[in-house]
Amino acid sequence: MHLKYESFVREPLVDGDKNYHQISEDIISPIERKPGRMWYVGFIFSVLLLSFGVFSVSWSVYWGLGTWGVNRTIGWGWDITNFVWWIGIGHAGTLISAILLLFRQGWRTGVNRAAEAMTIFAVMCAGQFPIWHMGRVWDGFWVLPLPNSRGPLWPNFDSPLLWDVFAISTYFTVSLLFWYSGLIPDFSLIRDRAKTKFRKMAYGIASFGWTGTAKNWQRMEALALVLAGLSTPLVLSVHTIVSFDFATSVIPGWHTTIFPPYFVAGAVFSGFAMVNTLLVVTRKILHLEEYITIGHLEAMNKIIVLTGSIVGVAYLTELFISWYSQSWGEMAAFQWRIMGPYWWAYWAMMTCNVVSPQLFWVKKLRRNIPFTFVMSIVVNIGMWFERFVIIVTSTYRDWIPGSWSYYSPQWPEVGFYLGTFGLFFTCYFLFAKYCPVVAVAEIKFILKTSGDNYKKGMEKIDNMSTEEFVHVVHTHHEEEGHEVLAAPQH
Amino acid sequence: MAIKKFAVAAYDDEEVLFPAVKKVRHSGYKIHDVYTPFAVHGLDEELGLKETDLHIAGFIYGLCGTCTAVGFISWIYTGDWPINYGGKPHFALPAWIPITFELTVLFAAVGMTMTMCYLNQIMPGVKKHVFHPRQSDDMFVMAIELNNHTNEADVLAFLKATGAKDVNIQTAEAGWWYGRWDKKEKYEALNAL
Repeated sequence: MHLKYESFVREPLVDGDKNYHQISEDIISPIERKPGRMWYVGFIFSVLLLSFGVFSVSWSVYWGLGTWGVNRTIGWGWDITNFVWWIGIGHAGTLISAILLLFRQGWRTGVNRAAEAMTIFAVMCAGQFPIWHMGRVWDGFWVLPLPNSRGPLWPNFDSPLLWDVFAISTYFTVSLLFWYSGLIPDFSLIRDRAKTKFRKMAYGIASFGWTGTAKNWQRMEALALVLAGLSTPLVLSVHTIVSFDFATSVIPGWHTTIFPPYFVAGAVFSGFAMVNTLLVVTRKILHLEEYITIGHLEAMNKIIVLTGSIVGVAYLTELFISWYSQSWGEMAAFQWRIMGPYWWAYWAMMTCNVVSPQLFWVKKLRRNIPFTFVMSIVVNIGMWFERFVIIVTSTYRDWIPGSWSYYSPQWPEVGFYLGTFGLFFTCYFLFAKYCPVVAVAEIKFILKTSGDNYKKGMEKIDNMSTEEFVHVVHTHHEEEGHEVLAAPQH
Repeated sequence: MAIKKFAVAAYDDEEVLFPAVKKVRHSGYKIHDVYTPFAVHGLDEELGLKETDLHIAGFIYGLCGTCTAVGFISWIYTGDWPINYGGKPHFALPAWIPITFELTVLFAAVGMTMTMCYLNQIMPGVKKHVFHPRQSDDMFVMAIELNNHTNEADVLAFLKATGAKDVNIQTAEAGWWYGRWDKKEKYEALNAL
């Protein structure tokens, strides 16, 4: 007996009068079909980008980081900009899965599977940068606290650069576990439907032998809840630790306590924009508009305008404090950001991040699909410029004027970045082809409270008076022999 | 690891399933398990299952993570090789909080997931008997254990009366075994299906 009542004001989360079998059919049949031409085009293009990336990285390792544009005093350029950009994008997936689960938001079920996959691929891309930017990557294991013959020399646990190593590894592992544990029941569905031998064997292994007993589900839900509870502070901590890479330094423009919340809000901002980019395309191509509804996209756009506003306030705060502090280094850094040689980057950032998301206050624009898509790209461009501005405009002119220089990326750095797009989209195309893009079991769970047809059925109950409703429920329950659930006394 | 006989009933609606489970339990038949395509809240209570203690295991793993991090780092920094990093104290607990937190979360998550898989008896390579091909799709399947004294026709009629859409008798392996899902098992020949 579904005593859970969802208000009529809330839009249905599953359109189209679905039943459980139709949900399975709609979401799993793209996996069982042969891939269409669009998939091949996209996949091959992504693999080509990835190959160019592999070539650029190999060139950088072989010839050394001198082939890059980084120099004194700009120690970090496109490498760390891209690292922070990808990690920021990754945070939306965990936020959607974990934080929205804790807040009992049913709408997460339409978008969480794709968002979590996006997180894992984004973190994989992000992790490439700290590895390959080392130069002497063959000594990379030095960052790990392993017993060694060099003393034993341990890494510097007081350094945020090492905190990053632990944070990113943990974040990747926990996101992977959360994503995969949700996939297990869906893989069992594909396995049970599978007609070909290979598919049955492959999904049989992937599903871990899941059969869906009541106890299994009980433990799975307990796991999901605890992972959600762990992932929420994890999201907040990981990007905070990334912000500490800058905030714990002494450089004007970096040494500021606003960075942790500013970075976290910015991460959520760019992450949700990337989820929108992916979902607008995915829902169209896989015909999943009834599961990833306009309501879902609108909810994400609302979060985009919220976090965009927080980021905007952070920018204005930085500007104000740079003047209020009367610290000449800070004042100079911000004057140069607005009017100096990198003014174009700063104003791109301000326009894309502060001005454009404000358009989402308009309901018509929030529910407009082409506009959502364009805006999601604009937001990500803006967030890239934010990291570029933070890193380069604080390091290219620091304490000694004789050392001031200018940074321009060289082709291996650009190739590296394009290669990560290749990695990301290769993985995403494989995911969209072989895994259910929407969380099937979770959609079925919310169908009877938030499905279109079921909400229409609630109209009768909506129009009853309170006494009538209690009487109906009371009698119904007594007939079935259930315990009466909190029925008020007449 | 035992081949048993089961009476299998498949329902297509949770609202029919719950009263059916109640009737079957009251009648004295032993429910082997109920297989559902998604988590049905209230079913574990209806079946009389205990609450899981998995979260306690998670907490203990997390505690191990915290102790490992703080213990290891403090041993390195105060015992093994104390180094002067910019005049900071050797026992710099605030600096270790990020890593401690991360290891806590990591140990808790990995440990809890592995424990969940162990308790649920799931792992790559595990094979179990699927009682109804639509149990992961849209049917709620109840399997009742039968012994030599049960009258099969009675059981089937009783299950039909509780509202099951599909009832049958199956002989199957009750537990799990290592196997491939694309291959048929020997016990399947015992079924007239």
